[in-house]
Amino acid sequence: MGAQIRVYRQKIGSTKSMAKIFKAMELIAASRIGKARTRVSASLPYANAITRAVTAVASQADVEHPLTTEPAQVRRAAVLVMTSDRGLAGSYSASVLKQAEHLVELLREDGKEVKTYLVGRKAQAYFDFRSRGYERVWTGDTDSPRFETARELRDILLEDFATDYEQGGVDEIHVVYTQFKSMVTQEPTVIRLLPLEVVEDDSETPTDELLPLYEFEPSPEEVLDALLPRYIDSRLFNAQLQSAASELAARQRAMKAAGDNAGELIKKFTRLLNNARQAEITQELSEIIAGADALDS
Amino acid sequence: MAELQVEIVAADHFVWSGAAKLVKARSVDGEIGVLPGHVPMLSVLASGELEIAPVSEARFTVQIDGGFFSVDSDRVVIVADNAVIGTAA
Repeated sequence: MGAQIRVYRQKIGSTKSMAKIFKAMELIAASRIGKARTRVSASLPYANAITRAVTAVASQADVEHPLTTEPAQVRRAAVLVMTSDRGLAGSYSASVLKQAEHLVELLREDGKEVKTYLVGRKAQAYFDFRSRGYERVWTGDTDSPRFETARELRDILLEDFATDYEQGGVDEIHVVYTQFKSMVTQEPTVIRLLPLEVVEDDSETPTDELLPLYEFEPSPEEVLDALLPRYIDSRLFNAQLQSAASELAARQRAMKAAGDNAGELIKKFTRLLNNARQAEITQELSEIIAGADALDS
Repeated sequence: MAELQVEIVAADHFVWSGAAKLVKARSVDGEIGVLPGHVPMLSVLASGELEIAPVSEARFTVQIDGGFFSVDSDRVVIVADNAVIGTAA
């Protein structure tokens, strides 16, 4: 009987210490998420300026650029998957990976070969566990992405895009990341990074504001040459920042749920503990009474 | 007098914005000065110093490492990969 009580005490103790950890992680995520969201909005001026400029060049100068030209035939595609380094963020990484699997399946059905690039240790672990190959993996800064990482990603991806199919190059590049919609909704999203679809921004330009006729220096081609890689940088960086904010929001929610569950478990175990203690007392009493009765008779 | 509305943005943060009389920059082709009323232009910037003469403050320089800048109807947007505000010139 005493053993039962001890077991319950142990369980309550360990659940309490876990609850403390959950609470701490929730608070850490909550405090970081503000910063992550600030970073998302801090990167917006850059993204807007670049988008505007790219739209201006694309709409005025009729320049063909390798990055915007649709290849005649897409035989191999690259998929960049952005997950987190750390777990304990609910279904955050799992849902990105699920989305990526879905995309890869679709691409394979279209008869395309798929090359994968990974961001985050969770994606790496997922692929390693299933012994599936991947080209490269970046880890270490998923919760506070650095611009240099975006630059590095772009360099590698562009290099692959520029390479011919025969030499192992790719014809299109997709990115799977988590879009931060609000504190409660984060959505795994797929964008096609390359070839670029600059037209998509047309709808966002307010119609009352006509783009002026720019002069290009040195030439439209060279301006576009300088602009497009930066445009890609800014899109990648934005995807990273949104993923980071989503990761933190998902972690905060997961830890809150875990903390609540821990509280409930503690309550349940306490009830059981009280029950067990009461049962022990009752038994002791009945033993004593039975003993006394036996002596009396 | 007309003045320029200048905005300087770096990849991950906003750097500076305000009214200015003159912006001097180094494009890949050479130095370029922008005064109010400049023709709309998109240009690639070389890495180096950029000089800005605000309307009400002292001139200052900004250290940038590549980027581009656009001018249209007295709005100057300088997009740099990395920009550090230097000392007053």
